[in-house]
Amino acid sequence: MYDIIAQYPLSAALVALTGLSVVFGAVLGYAAIKFKVEGDPIVEQIDKLLPQTQCGQCGYPGCRPYAEAIANGDTINKCPPGGQTTINAIADLLDVEAPSLDEEHGEESDVKTVAYIREDECIGCTKCIQACPVDAILGAAKLMHTVIVSECTGCDLCVEPCPVDCIDMLPVAKGPGDWKWDMPATTEEQIKNLHSHDIIATDQNNNDNGKQDGGNAS
Amino acid sequence: MRKVWDLIGGVHPPENKHQSVQSCIGTLPLPEKLIIPLNQHIGAPPKLLIAEGDSVLKGQVLAEPNGMVSAGIHAPTSGIISEISAHSIPHPSGMAARCITLVPDGHDRWADIKGVENYREHSPEELLDVIRQAGIAGLGGAGFPTAVKLGTQQPISTLIINSSECEPYITADDMLIREHAKDIVEGIKILSFILGEPEEILIGIEDNKPEAYEALEPYLQDTNIELVEFTTRYPSGGEKQLIQILTGKEVPNGGLPADIGIVCQNIGTTYAVQRAIQQGEPLISRVTTVTGNACETNKNYLVLIGTPISHLLEHSGFDQSKCPRLIMGGPMMGFTVEDLNIPVIKTTNCILAPTGEELPTPPPAQPCIRCGMCAEACPASLLPQQLFWHAQSHNYEHLEAHNLFDCIECGACSYVCPSNIPLVQYYRAAKGEIRKLSLEKINSDRARERFEFQKTRKEKEEAGKAVKREARKKAAEQARAKKANNPSGNTETSPADDIIKAAMARAEAQKASPQEQRAKLERGIVRAESHLESVQKRLNTLEQDATEKQREQALAALEDAQLRLKDAQQKLADLTLPSDTNVSNTEKTVMEKSQASPREALEKKIATLKERIVITLKKIAEADDESLKTALQNGLEKQQTKLKDTEQQLAETPAQTNESTTTPETENAAAAAIARAQAKAADQASMSDEDKLKATVESLQNRLIKAQEKLASAESEGSEHIDAFRSGVEKLQAKLTAAEAQLAQETQ
Repeated sequence: MYDIIAQYPLSAALVALTGLSVVFGAVLGYAAIKFKVEGDPIVEQIDKLLPQTQCGQCGYPGCRPYAEAIANGDTINKCPPGGQTTINAIADLLDVEAPSLDEEHGEESDVKTVAYIREDECIGCTKCIQACPVDAILGAAKLMHTVIVSECTGCDLCVEPCPVDCIDMLPVAKGPGDWKWDMPATTEEQIKNLHSHDIIATDQNNNDNGKQDGGNAS
Repeated sequence: MRKVWDLIGGVHPPENKHQSVQSCIGTLPLPEKLIIPLNQHIGAPPKLLIAEGDSVLKGQVLAEPNGMVSAGIHAPTSGIISEISAHSIPHPSGMAARCITLVPDGHDRWADIKGVENYREHSPEELLDVIRQAGIAGLGGAGFPTAVKLGTQQPISTLIINSSECEPYITADDMLIREHAKDIVEGIKILSFILGEPEEILIGIEDNKPEAYEALEPYLQDTNIELVEFTTRYPSGGEKQLIQILTGKEVPNGGLPADIGIVCQNIGTTYAVQRAIQQGEPLISRVTTVTGNACETNKNYLVLIGTPISHLLEHSGFDQSKCPRLIMGGPMMGFTVEDLNIPVIKTTNCILAPTGEELPTPPPAQPCIRCGMCAEACPASLLPQQLFWHAQSHNYEHLEAHNLFDCIECGACSYVCPSNIPLVQYYRAAKGEIRKLSLEKINSDRARERFEFQKTRKEKEEAGKAVKREARKKAAEQARAKKANNPSGNTETSPADDIIKAAMARAEAQKASPQEQRAKLERGIVRAESHLESVQKRLNTLEQDATEKQREQALAALEDAQLRLKDAQQKLADLTLPSDTNVSNTEKTVMEKSQASPREALEKKIATLKERIVITLKKIAEADDESLKTALQNGLEKQQTKLKDTEQQLAETPAQTNESTTTPETENAAAAAIARAQAKAADQASMSDEDKLKATVESLQNRLIKAQEKLASAESEGSEHIDAFRSGVEKLQAKLTAAEAQLAQETQ
């Protein structure tokens, strides 16, 4: 064996390299079939970041179509409900510069709203039911309709088709349960307007004698 | 002596407990009114049982627990419910929530309450129900319903009673032990009975409360309850920290103490359980410390739940000018309150009114110097520095990876920080943000699921319709083929064929004898009538679930059948004066139809439509059957709209261009709405405010006109929705005038 290799170093090398390439080619080919990824994973990832209001303000009929459009190179700043947070997240995912929201598609609003049907005025035309992208409106022809508040994404699409104008977009009521602490003030401007409840648990000036006291007590 | 483990980390803030332990627990006169928030605990708010204006007795149930994790509330004294409305509550947000306002009548009359005589004769479940009904929630601070905690299904080997009270200033538990040691020990025995007599019962107490220790000790002789004293260090009173100190065990990440066979109860809760079981007294009062140099008297009070803190402070000689911020809770974990009308609730253990010198506002934060003192102080063994960086950069993934949710928010890190960075506030804010995001994620996932479901459902419907359409087309083709083979086949073929056939038949008929012709025509009438009937039947069934397009087709078929019937009748009448023109006329129309340009075709269509309308009107007048009449009226409406449409089309159709006459109705309403909304958004983006207003006015005017038209048609039909339409018009008018007024203002 060794003799043959020593005798024909060039052909031996060639044979070895060919053998290796055949083996690796086979492995890669097998892997390509066995572990084939169905669909476009990037679309899924973008879709997960979008707010799923299905409002169509981006110009696509729903969040997923917009995710597909982004994957195909559309700009990422067309989603007003998601706002800057969503744009940043998508920019992070796609590793691009985060642009600011395109005002042409609407403005970002801080207040979450839900649709509310004034039920005594509803004539039961079912037009809003057909327009709702998430089936959040209940009702039948010539019967009163109502919105399932927990399912409503606040997309606004039901307001326009209503022939008697009985749908309002109401802001969601906020209670102490929805409240959360703010980040501490960092800029001087913020510190000036500070609410005193932002500061607690730091009686720093007493720190030194505090340590002495504690030491004595223990 | 039992082995005691060391607290990890921790700090020694000045205790300041001596001020409030000089005198015994005091009581206060009844306040003018009591404000009792409905939700004073973790979990679902309880269900109201009373209404405004009711008079209640002391201890009467005001609201009963609603759901598993819930606790009831009771009247702290007798009086009248004056109001049930939103009132500011003790919460760091300073927000308002639903509260019951009770005006005491001054008699303090008890409702009929009765304790359990010998609790050992009852099952633990019964006792748990008593605790639940008594509205007892953890009095230590978190307010978790006690019955839920005690009702654990895990086997419990250790019961820990927490009387550590590690936070500075607070002495409520200390004083409670000093004065009610006997009842507390009785309460511990009840808890132990409910939990199935655990092997170990420990009372954890810091070594800065020797009086409390001495008060408890005599009652613990001849019991298996062990009193364990350990070094004072903040935050030894945290549930997980106390378990660590007393047993050396750690509660698993994200788990509960019950997972390692331990239940921990606050000493105040233990006392409340004893009162509830043996006296039948619900949780209507608690011991609260009122302290701080801005108050003349620093002491503990037995306060009725719902007492406004202003009442407490008034009786303690509170000087508002000396106190820059009033704190509910301790100086480490408490929160600032701005409204003095907020009530004392089940979890209020301290009202702290410090002077500016006593608890100064911390100096501004400096940059982090990476000294690592926070990591040493952290009782949960976290890395506060790392958490701080990630919280600052809103890097929530990393925060969770660094176990942010194991942080107990004790504030030890902020306390030791030499740069005065308010670390714990960063963690609180980040936790809130992460909770909010995860909630949003759940909601958006659900919305996505519903959207996809709707999409597949619509696709399915569409596919079903396509299959049906295909089947119908096939059937029609078959019928045609059959008829081609058999020329004298029935009339159910396409209209064009029909017309030709009919014309040929008529021509034939003309050649036949008058009798034959008559018979034939009569047969034709019968056939046409039956056809009309079947078409109407189909229309009726379609009315329910058909699309616009299908309905229109059916209506067209109906009209067609009616026309044919009319024709046949006419023929029969004309039979006496037969003429050649008949044949040539029909043939001519068919020819014209097939050869005419689109414009001519449209003109023709309009003409025939007008004719049809006239015919239908006549028919309506003639019709005697009610259902037929309504059907005809429907048909008439359709014809009118069609006429309008066609006229519109004619106006749009330039001579000799062939535009499709009907737009496909594949777009659904949602797509149309999206398109409209988009166009509007695009317009508005490019417009100035004034233009925007003008556009609004214009669109409102359009909508008003539309609505008025609708109203008019509704009135003429006598529709049942007239009122709705009318109110819609009125509303639109109001909106329009408002918009116009605004516009006028704007232009000025």
